[in-house]
Amino acid sequence: MINARLYIMQRLTALIMAPLVIGHIGVMIYAVQNGLSAAEILGRTQGSYFWAIFYGTFALAVAIHAAIGLRAILHEWVRLDGMVLNLVCWAIAAGLAGLGLQAVYSVTG
Amino acid sequence: MKVSGHQRHGLWFAYISHRLSGLLLALFLPLHFWVLSLALNDRAALDGFLSWTDLWYVKVAEYGLVFLLSLHFFGGLRLMALEWLPWSARQKTYAATALAAGFAVSTSFFLSATFYG
Repeated sequence: MINARLYIMQRLTALIMAPLVIGHIGVMIYAVQNGLSAAEILGRTQGSYFWAIFYGTFALAVAIHAAIGLRAILHEWVRLDGMVLNLVCWAIAAGLAGLGLQAVYSVTG
Repeated sequence: MKVSGHQRHGLWFAYISHRLSGLLLALFLPLHFWVLSLALNDRAALDGFLSWTDLWYVKVAEYGLVFLLSLHFFGGLRLMALEWLPWSARQKTYAATALAAGFAVSTSFFLSATFYG
């Protein structure tokens, strides 16, 4: 039943991310209007619980979503299977979650 | 390369564009996260990187990334509508709409990134 669980997790993370993607694209369109700088980004995000929760949720959801998506590609196109496939995908999920949360902490902490 | 019959179907294009946009976004994510992490350790390096984004070809690459994100987003909505809602004969229209919406959103970003000051 692992595939059914992965299917549900993939759709669940997609639904969680749908409003976050809209928000992220909106922020990007707004933020690039006067050029990007570290001061401009940090002035918006530093010390903000809202952005920490927004992007923390986004980073965790995308780590799971990307790992499951890459799992399907690695299985169907690279023919990985079994324990190797599971280990690679757990490593991808953990790596992306770690890097993502570190990035969120860097700009909101 | 031989093109099979099913690959000429309009919705095969929807499938492959969703898969490839997802793959490219997943490959981009570690770089994106790493650059943002510079804010904590090396703010000058982050500013150096951000000034690099003023180059026209980097802006075009950003346009491509925002297009991939919006294409994956609208393509995913189409896919979930296909799976969870009653079958609709308009699936090809929805797929074309997803592509058009991806272009519209990413072009808004590009115009916003290009014309300022």
